[in-house]
Amino acid sequence: MARIDLDHIRHAYGPNPKSDKDYALREVHHSFDDGGAYALLGPSGCGKTTLLNIISGLLHPSHGRLLFNGNDVTGLSTQERNIAQVFQFPVIYDTMTVFDNLAFPLRNRGVPEAEVGKRVTETLAMIGLSDRAKRKARGLTADQKQKISLGRGLVRHDVNAILFDEPLTVIDPHMKWQLRSQLKQLHRRFGYTMVYVTHDQTEALTFADQVVVMYDGAIVQIGTPAELFERPKHTFVGYFIGSPGMNVLPASVDGSRAKIGDQIIELPAAPTSTPAGKVEIGIRPEFVRLGDKGMPVAVNKVEDIGRQKIVRATFEGRDLVAVLAEDEAVPADARVTFAPAGINLYADSWRVELGR
Amino acid sequence: MLELRNVTKTVGGADHIRDVSLSLSRGSLNVLLGPTLAGKTSLMRLMAGLDKPTSGSVWFDGKDVTGVRVQDRNVAMVYQQFINYPAMTVYENIASPLRVKGEARSKIDGEVRRAAELLKLTPYLDRTPLNLSGGQQQRTALARAIVKNAGLVLLDEPLANLDYKLREELRAELPKIFAETGAIFVYATTEPHEALLLGGNTATLSEGRVTQFGPTIDVFRQPADLITARTFADPPLNTIALEKRGSSFLLDGGVNLPVPAQLAGIADARYTIGFQPHHLSLKKPNRDAVAVTAKVNVTEITGSESFVHLDFADARWVMLTPGIQTFEPDDRIGVYIDHRNIMVFDEAGRSMSAVREAA
Repeated sequence: MARIDLDHIRHAYGPNPKSDKDYALREVHHSFDDGGAYALLGPSGCGKTTLLNIISGLLHPSHGRLLFNGNDVTGLSTQERNIAQVFQFPVIYDTMTVFDNLAFPLRNRGVPEAEVGKRVTETLAMIGLSDRAKRKARGLTADQKQKISLGRGLVRHDVNAILFDEPLTVIDPHMKWQLRSQLKQLHRRFGYTMVYVTHDQTEALTFADQVVVMYDGAIVQIGTPAELFERPKHTFVGYFIGSPGMNVLPASVDGSRAKIGDQIIELPAAPTSTPAGKVEIGIRPEFVRLGDKGMPVAVNKVEDIGRQKIVRATFEGRDLVAVLAEDEAVPADARVTFAPAGINLYADSWRVELGR
Repeated sequence: MLELRNVTKTVGGADHIRDVSLSLSRGSLNVLLGPTLAGKTSLMRLMAGLDKPTSGSVWFDGKDVTGVRVQDRNVAMVYQQFINYPAMTVYENIASPLRVKGEARSKIDGEVRRAAELLKLTPYLDRTPLNLSGGQQQRTALARAIVKNAGLVLLDEPLANLDYKLREELRAELPKIFAETGAIFVYATTEPHEALLLGGNTATLSEGRVTQFGPTIDVFRQPADLITARTFADPPLNTIALEKRGSSFLLDGGVNLPVPAQLAGIADARYTIGFQPHHLSLKKPNRDAVAVTAKVNVTEITGSESFVHLDFADARWVMLTPGIQTFEPDDRIGVYIDHRNIMVFDEAGRSMSAVREAA
């Protein structure tokens, strides 16, 4: 497996890019550690697939270099890069048996047949298709076919990296849980370098050690799931990670006191620099507390979604969402407080460090 | 009202739909929840009149419409794939069902603009669908379904191909839009969480059968059988088969789990108990909760919470617990089960609470 360096990479699909706007991928300068599990997360059009395709060699970047273990592979073809790929839709040979589909990448590389048998059997058990080994792939369901694709990506142990492009989109929810935890176990066992593209935050957060959040052709934050949840660097990260996303409320700040509408909120500490431009307070629904003390709030709607309640309210003329546990009740004449640990301050959408 | 009476659909000897009876009332939102191949699309096709049942009948507002073709029914459908007319503008796409009906130009204009406003498409009316994002393309298809003013609107996993966040937005808007039109809405999904967010009523499907139908939250909280409980759980329902003796269920490792008070007196026998991942906890939730030792398989962190995959006896469980947990695989940890939150199923898979209520 390899360490992957993205050295000042930019990409434009059109010729002669001039401004940032012309780039599908603005400058990315980052390293993926050998054996790391990374997710590229963002809405469609954010550049995540462009970045993945640059790593795989399906796309050659307009600027910058790509290094595997320090070797420049920018000019190499996908095949020469020695990587495994799993795509959103199954890519398999319909006329071959399930076994032969998995054996294909190994036989292609002249792996001895005894070793092929061992690896394929192991992989079949992992994806839960052992009993279908001799069946032709043609008759299988869509999610069984996708499992074969996954298996083909995992069957070789000598690749530099495994790249996944939305691999679980067509898989049923229950199977997703199973496959995801298997991927995670495999990662721990074999130390693959894995890069996983998805727009689904649950998939990204649960799969990856480090999540790369992308927006509008750029990386806005790279962090552990906890960092992205607790300290979103940009209001976009606050919105995109978490369901429902973070509440963002216009505010003004004076020392360690913030003002939202007519309400004063004590910040955990004063910001380390004076926030300039558009100042906002970010508070995740999980940190909004409803009780009989605090600031005035009007509860509009309570949605019981099983293990949680989503409370939709109006606070100082703005929408405010709170999340309560299954057994928590919404008090009559509720008032609201913000848990200090969950308060983040933003200036022009970027997080301002509070001196704590 | 739409009624299915003992509807069965057999294709090439295989039962796609088995003896389904449902009544859906005007202005209601009805979720069909089940995994792929459970029969959601087959059932919708029967409701629409795209297919004819092998036996049984379909009734609309008291009239038998079993043999009536889809063209002659007042039905709108939206699919997972974004289906629009690529050469027409968004305006013309939305207007198309009204043009087919031969409505007056002023009426068409009013309806199109109202639907566009509802679905936030007003700025894009002059564009063609391929110049729109996936979310906007699907909004266009939804707007067309709305102007059709159909009595029955069928949505087959309409948000499945959209980004997570877009899905969240549209999902919150859809029930409001539905409520305004007064039509019967049927919404198919594979995702339990989506059903809970939509609310309304839910019919759980398994292998062509409707296993339960009722208000969504009730079906979730009081599944009538094990299949329904499993269908309506994401992460998967935690279960274990065990023996009941006297006032306890005997868990592996000599642990006695008290029988919930409302089920006191059920016969001593083999049962399967089930509980949700968030009902397994690291901290003792109350005095009566019991601790068991389980082996960690893998831990997934979502930011604010952790999913801990556990092995207990021959069962595989998931615990959803607050905070960031950093257990290593093969760690043995103590976890608590609160007997007040367990569901109990007999060997036939029937919920003992449901059996009690029926008795």
